[in-house]
Amino acid sequence: MAANSTSSATPLLVSRGISKQFSGVEVLSDVDLDLMPGEIHALLGENGAGKSTFAKILAGVYRPTRGTLTMNGAPVEAYSPIHAQRLGITLIHQEPISFPDLSVAENLVLGHERGSLLGRVHWAGMERRANELMDMLGIRIDVTRPMRGLSIADQQMVEIARALVGDSRLIIMDEPTAPLTPKEVETLFGIARKLRDEGRTIIFISHRLEEVQALCDRATVFRDGNLVDTVNVADVSDDDIIRLMIGRSLKEYLHKQRTTIGDVALKVENLTLPGVFSDISFDVHKGEIVGVGGLVGAGRTDVARALFGVEPAATGKIHVNGSEVAIGDPSTAIDLGLAFVPEDRAVAGIFSSLSVEKNISAAVPGKITSGGIIRRALEHAVASDSVKKLRIRLASLQQPIGELSGGNQQKAILARWLLTDPSVLILDEPTRGIDIGVKAEFYDMIGELAAGGRAILLISSELPELLALCDRVLVMSEGRLTANFDRSEATQESIMQAAVPRSADQEVAA
Amino acid sequence: MSVTEKSEIAAAPQRESASARPRWQVMLIRPELMTFVLLIIALIVASSLSPYFLDIAYILDSFTLSAELAMVALVLTIMIIAGEIDLSPASGMALAACTFAYAQQAGVPIPLAVGVGLLTGLAMGLLNGILVIRFQLPSIIVTIGTLIFYRGLAQVIAGDQSIRVPEWFIGINRVLVFGIPVPVLVFVILSVVLGFVLSSTIYGRQIYLIGTNPIAARHAGIRANRIKMSLFLLIGITASIAGMMTASRLGSVRYDIALGGELQMVLMAMLGGTYIFGGRGSILGTFLAAWLLVIVSTGMIVANILPAMQLCVLGVLLIISIIATNFIYSRTQR
Amino acid sequence: MNTISKIFLRREAGIFVMIVLFCLAVGAFKPQFLTLQSLRIVLLLVPLILIGAMGQMLVLVARHVDLSIGSTLGFSAMVVGMMFKYYPEIWWPLGFLVAIGVGAGLGLFNGFLITLFRLPAIIVTLGTLNLYRGLTYIISNAKQIDRQYVPSELKAMSQTSPIFGIPWIIFMIIAIALLTYWFAMHTRVGRQIFALGSNPVAAQLRGINVSKITLLVFALSGALAGLAGIMYASRWGFVNPSNTGSGFEFQVIAAVVIGGVSINGGVGTVLGTVLGVLLLGCVSSALPLLGIPGTTQNAIYGAVIIIALLIDRGVRQRAIKTISAKA
Repeated sequence: MAANSTSSATPLLVSRGISKQFSGVEVLSDVDLDLMPGEIHALLGENGAGKSTFAKILAGVYRPTRGTLTMNGAPVEAYSPIHAQRLGITLIHQEPISFPDLSVAENLVLGHERGSLLGRVHWAGMERRANELMDMLGIRIDVTRPMRGLSIADQQMVEIARALVGDSRLIIMDEPTAPLTPKEVETLFGIARKLRDEGRTIIFISHRLEEVQALCDRATVFRDGNLVDTVNVADVSDDDIIRLMIGRSLKEYLHKQRTTIGDVALKVENLTLPGVFSDISFDVHKGEIVGVGGLVGAGRTDVARALFGVEPAATGKIHVNGSEVAIGDPSTAIDLGLAFVPEDRAVAGIFSSLSVEKNISAAVPGKITSGGIIRRALEHAVASDSVKKLRIRLASLQQPIGELSGGNQQKAILARWLLTDPSVLILDEPTRGIDIGVKAEFYDMIGELAAGGRAILLISSELPELLALCDRVLVMSEGRLTANFDRSEATQESIMQAAVPRSADQEVAA
Repeated sequence: MSVTEKSEIAAAPQRESASARPRWQVMLIRPELMTFVLLIIALIVASSLSPYFLDIAYILDSFTLSAELAMVALVLTIMIIAGEIDLSPASGMALAACTFAYAQQAGVPIPLAVGVGLLTGLAMGLLNGILVIRFQLPSIIVTIGTLIFYRGLAQVIAGDQSIRVPEWFIGINRVLVFGIPVPVLVFVILSVVLGFVLSSTIYGRQIYLIGTNPIAARHAGIRANRIKMSLFLLIGITASIAGMMTASRLGSVRYDIALGGELQMVLMAMLGGTYIFGGRGSILGTFLAAWLLVIVSTGMIVANILPAMQLCVLGVLLIISIIATNFIYSRTQR
Repeated sequence: MNTISKIFLRREAGIFVMIVLFCLAVGAFKPQFLTLQSLRIVLLLVPLILIGAMGQMLVLVARHVDLSIGSTLGFSAMVVGMMFKYYPEIWWPLGFLVAIGVGAGLGLFNGFLITLFRLPAIIVTLGTLNLYRGLTYIISNAKQIDRQYVPSELKAMSQTSPIFGIPWIIFMIIAIALLTYWFAMHTRVGRQIFALGSNPVAAQLRGINVSKITLLVFALSGALAGLAGIMYASRWGFVNPSNTGSGFEFQVIAAVVIGGVSINGGVGTVLGTVLGVLLLGCVSSALPLLGIPGTTQNAIYGAVIIIALLIDRGVRQRAIKTISAKA
């Protein structure tokens, strides 16, 4: 599928060979893309496919490792959000970054003014201009009120208005619709079309294919850091796009050995946290690996956090090993035999400056002490045993864990939780950012743990991982459970279909 | 986002396979060593100023003047390691001393009066703890408020007069056990006990974990609120004991006991290598820093340096010690 | 009317009502409290605090705190006092320049340590609080500057009046409050201080020079403390190395947090701060009248700070609740 009919016009922005590496890992390779004036261009792809990285390079958040950007024929040299903005490129974050204590009008102009710092602030003029912009966009927000307390939708509108203050020619919207109601989405679309008709270019990042169909002129699909294809949206179907997004060759993973599946270890009924997830019901048996698929922001991590008591659900029931329990904080969850390897290792997992040994023993005070006093020999034995079992590569147990690679940090966190001898193990994106070799080790380990009779809830955005490891795959979308596949029914296509948000009537009851 | 994670995750692999840092290097880069070296230097300089500094009895005697503040500084060190701070205990010392002195003057038997002092300490710790933990206010601001409040209450109780304590209660600093003045002995024992608790018990370990990464600590099932509350209570009660010891040393109680003492407490902790942002530090460091400070201030007196100069030196030392500690930690660990 | 102003006005109206109620209540017991004479006492009590509060307000709005202002006041006052003593021939209004300049220099030093080494302001200023106080002793050789050295014109500023019996010093603080208002609300840099305190991350993204703004607020806080220093000499006629400015920071912080300035940054108004200072002044001047010993004053300051912090938190929580209710 070639590019489209507008290719005769002069592109607004030309990307040639744009690549980005983070510490030697290439996350974006050789992206060539022409963005036309007056088009709405969708960027699509799975989580981590590279679309957000590309968008952030355009907006000056990241500096590309290689490649050139040309805007209106002139090379783009400066890479910082402020420079990008001065060039007319604005990135609108999903949850806008603003000054909550300042008025809407001030939020609009701040950062756009030039001239002396002692220059006067013309409140009346500023507010008049802000009102004009709001009228132009057809939105009703009192520009004199503080930003704090505006709905996310209104905050986004303010951000869009901000782009217009700087007369941005390229406006990048990063998953703008995720937190919006259908009505707000319609308003947003109306504004986007209006801006397009004025000749501005809009980049629209979304997982919702129906929105892409409804709004966008062209779509570019990313996969594994590569640009796969750019298509005219009118020419293709949802299924075509899904195929482009996942169409990689399936890597061969060892399927885990069949284990005997025992009694229900974890049973969840109608778990709800308003605004985050609702009516989640499922169960996990002993020896079973249950996968949870879905897109980022679907509420998977929030369910895991609720189960572990980090941020408890408002309503609903949790049963562990047959008895109903109330989990108000993580220590209760641990006592009940739950363990949780969180998604964001640096924030919620490791104690970066402390030794590997102390990191491993953090959740099992009872195993390294007698009478409340830490027995060094005991702690050392416990930790080195874990290191051997999980094949953690390190120079010394006394080494700060921050010095280890991501994979080995993750193994140490897993080791911490295995020491608690959990009956239910919740893993949130356990293999993210880990090299292939270590990943395979992880898969073996997860399989072994299930074989040992533990119940495992595995949250993953990597479809092959879910398919290879899990006995069942749950899929969440927009805070709801949309599918519950047996391993025989689960395919990349079926999971993706269930993960992509649709209008309410199409939802599959779990 | 996945991208930022990747950058942080992929940063390390070259280091894990490297051999561990040599043991001597691990030892040398500890800030406590810096404190120790400074202590030795201070001793050499001081003894060249005056031969008194080679007399251990003289040093011990000088130390009695700072022992009360130093005791509280030990607990403050633990507090800072846990990621909180308390600026109010110097005022707390005054308030507890005043309630104690007031009670005994009103005819309450001394043991009961001491109980009143201790209860005052607990109550002060409790109030700080509730404000910080229950109402989630930043401890640094809250304890400025209570710093003023407790000192003010002390002033309400004692007025502008000094309250005398009974003759036999006076002079704890002149009572020697094994040739060591009691306040110094109390400080040393407290150092040993707290040092042991912090370094070798699960309670101490969890304090480091909370201070290093409170979110990860919560995920690991550590009940940070309980631990922090216990620390506020502990520092309150230590301040009350220190306050009554001061009363015994001075022979009378005024509301301005230990006025401005929070500076010396924070300074002892900082000089001992406690990391202002939490998670790092040791009792040993604060222990050494307390002696260092005593040598420095006594040395200045012996050298006939203006007493006012001491304030300057303390202020400058505080700033230099945080800069140095931050620097050491940022160089050696990430 | 601007919505933001409306929200603040509610808070400020609250403080105003408290002032009125307090004065009426005191007046009910002691009618002499409600006379012009006692108004004069209140007004003469607050100028120094008000000058300091204007600076502290900006510092708190920028999410910092300055504990060193009392010592800055003392040091500046001492420098000026010594200038008067040893160089009596110098034209006395130059003292204002010297005091403000010295104060600004000390404030800049604070800001410099805080921005360059990324240290918490509270610890740095706790250190400089003692450093500056020590320096005051050193330069003065621990000696007080007595009445006879302070120029009588300067002392007159706190007593004589151009009109209606209102002393010069009152006009001066009104001018300072208006200037601060203009600076905070109507200059770009003033608004950047609020932006920085409201969301430091966003401030950086929007191209605000965070270090420069931080340096500026500390310099301003120092300069105002310096001005308060020379006004101390004017008001009391002497400068003492240990008393002058001691405890000033606490009175100022108490006034500012009562005035609704948030310790979480980004929020604060000149009107609120002025009212906070006045409330504090009313309370302080009513105590002796009611026969409550002056020794209770510090306890009241402390209690008031704690209560103001709790109110601030309550206000914020309610704001959050209204947001989630709307969402």
